Amino acid sequence: MEVYLDNSATTKAYPEVARLVADIMTEDYGNPSSMHLKGVEAEKYIKYSKKTIAGIMKVQEKEIFFTSGGTEADNWALIGTAYANYRAGKHLITTRIEHPAVLQTMEYLKEQGFEITYLPVDRTGRIRLEDLERAIRRDTLLVSIMYVNNEVGAIQPIEEAGALIKRMNPGTLFHVDAVQGFGKLKLFPKKWNIDMVSVSGHKIHGPKGVGFLYIDERVKIKPIIFGGGQQRNFRSGTENVPGVAGIGKASELIYRDLEEDTERLYRLKEYFVRELSRMPHIYINGPQDETGAPHIVSASIAGIRSEVLLHALEEKNVYVSSGSACSSHKHTISATLESMGIEKQLMDSTLRFSFSVFTTKEELDYTLECLDELVPMLRRYTRR
Amino acid sequence: MFTAFLIKYAEIGVKGKNRYIFEEALVKQIEFALSKIDGEFAVRRTQGRIYVDGVSAFDFDEAVGALLKVFGISGVCPVVYVEDEGFEKLGEDVVKFIDDVYPDKNKTFKVCARRARKNYPKSSMEINADLGGIILDAFPDMKVDVHKPNIELNVEIREKIYIYSEIIPGPGGMPVGTGGKAMLLLSGGIDSPVAGYMISKRGVTLEAVYFHAPPYTSERAKQKVVDLAGYVAAYAGPMKLHVINFTDIQLYIYEKCPHDELTIIMRRYMMRIAEMIAGESGCLGLVTGESIGQVASQTMQALAATNEVCTMPVYRPLIAFDKQDIVDISEKINTYETSIQPFEDCCTIFVAKHPVTKPNLKVIRAHEQNVFDKIDGMIETALSTREIIEIG
Repeated sequence: MEVYLDNSATTKAYPEVARLVADIMTEDYGNPSSMHLKGVEAEKYIKYSKKTIAGIMKVQEKEIFFTSGGTEADNWALIGTAYANYRAGKHLITTRIEHPAVLQTMEYLKEQGFEITYLPVDRTGRIRLEDLERAIRRDTLLVSIMYVNNEVGAIQPIEEAGALIKRMNPGTLFHVDAVQGFGKLKLFPKKWNIDMVSVSGHKIHGPKGVGFLYIDERVKIKPIIFGGGQQRNFRSGTENVPGVAGIGKASELIYRDLEEDTERLYRLKEYFVRELSRMPHIYINGPQDETGAPHIVSASIAGIRSEVLLHALEEKNVYVSSGSACSSHKHTISATLESMGIEKQLMDSTLRFSFSVFTTKEELDYTLECLDELVPMLRRYTRR
Repeated sequence: MFTAFLIKYAEIGVKGKNRYIFEEALVKQIEFALSKIDGEFAVRRTQGRIYVDGVSAFDFDEAVGALLKVFGISGVCPVVYVEDEGFEKLGEDVVKFIDDVYPDKNKTFKVCARRARKNYPKSSMEINADLGGIILDAFPDMKVDVHKPNIELNVEIREKIYIYSEIIPGPGGMPVGTGGKAMLLLSGGIDSPVAGYMISKRGVTLEAVYFHAPPYTSERAKQKVVDLAGYVAAYAGPMKLHVINFTDIQLYIYEKCPHDELTIIMRRYMMRIAEMIAGESGCLGLVTGESIGQVASQTMQALAATNEVCTMPVYRPLIAFDKQDIVDISEKINTYETSIQPFEDCCTIFVAKHPVTKPNLKVIRAHEQNVFDKIDGMIETALSTREIIEIG
């Protein structure tokens, strides 16, 4: 049995998506900017994809811009608005647990003369609204908070944060990195006072190399990619038509039975966490109630380095990821786990199990069986 | 503009009656190196020289790059062939050659003619003098210097006429295939690929062995070793890489022996296993990247302790090298970037905080008896389940 529990890294594409992408590449391969029929056909896919996504989030079609992925969407949201609005203020707020696509971009903006405030998180990996309230200033240009943390699955209170931000400073923009949240949870930017949302295709059973940025029509933003003026001059480059059609189709499919799927995933997660907790010295990180995402379980298995258990599971065809990459040569501490105050020993022993709509109870049972066998064996041999 | 190369080789020129063996091996290695790049070449051996003729169009830099990886070559001279259409035409060809190769004419030169075809109407001395005159007329900035010229223009009168002046230094050494075969212990670090490169440079063919310890070492760590073997094979030629699953042996030693002696005892078993494979494959020795004092397991005492279990000679080409010198070579042979990728290897996973640096042989032998119970069976399993990867 092959069990893929690394869906926060990437997902298997829906067969419908794969077929659509292949068909467009070989049949409707036109350039949407071409004036002839082939171009018009290609353009239809883009329109349809925009319509689907806009419908899901209840926003306007013209507010969806396709990018090369989540990283570009994050880069563009931050850099594009910082450069377009710096006269109003040079202060930016984000959290300590963002994805590197946000954190590294913030570091870049800091070098360009912007001031960054990083919000801490509590033991479950969630920000506190009081901290946000205190951080917002008159010159705060933008707040960027992720929807769901990729390492422990903590859902950030973005709806409350949106309301708070607009109350404190109506001029402050609000960006949400929803790469781990879109497709798992509902997301209504207009109702929740969110100005920009980043999404990636391959996390929702769509293709790699495509994502989008929702930008509220009132937001002043500059392009960061220049060229032929596609996407109304905001994001040049021939549209990735197969990718765009693929992310549209994937969005449609993943939101079709969202409530049912979410409910099922929460039950699976609950079951998995309960069974895991029966084993001695296993600690679950992040929220275990509904303030945690339905598809991410972060567990610290004391006494075994995560890399070793990961490879041992790999031998049994179970694929997971480690909470923090660590080896004798290089040490990358997980910013999220560190911010949550997890002990260093446990950080090195943290695995992330991430589910998808394809995950079944049988797969989790097999995984638990493997852990039952491997954990006691590996605990016998530790570095003395 | 160059259509051929004259291959210079130093050391193998002095091998007496065995010389043809070395030359044939060199030709074979050159052919192999050139088979990897675009273009067709003919390699021929005539009168104590090796020529590489471009039969089809080829990329000059690519061809030189391939030749510079062939051990035994001390220099590569790019050659232009011209037809013999009279001395006047030869003068024009030589002037054109100099104009193409040397944009800056402020140089001293001399002409070295060689007349392999004795019926040529001019003697070597006459050719030297006359061509020299033609060059001086064409380029007034150039001057003759017969003792230490900047340019030594070689003109060889054969069936065709060969013109060449530059010698690109080669890697030296001896052609692979002339020096027997050895088993390289390849770890994934910086040193062992360099050690393999150096031994292979003496004409030795290689096989390699890697000790894999899943799940403690990852598939990527193995891939790294495969990649490193590939870089070494670019010089040493195709080789077999034996991948031994060492996990059970390692854990068994870990359970039964004192922790601070783990690395030494483990290495003794690695040497034993390497020697067994070496024996099967007709190798005449083992090669390691050890260097005195570099780490706890490479002190004189530790080396003596690991060396003791081997009956084959163990070649340690880096034994007196400083780390930086090893790094310099690894950069030259392109292995450095791969070697420093941070994957755990089997020597580091259970390493003690304070391993013994001066192991006492008697003590080690005594503690090693703790594993005698099962270790032979485990070694047998490890050998019979090994994976053999063809590299290069």
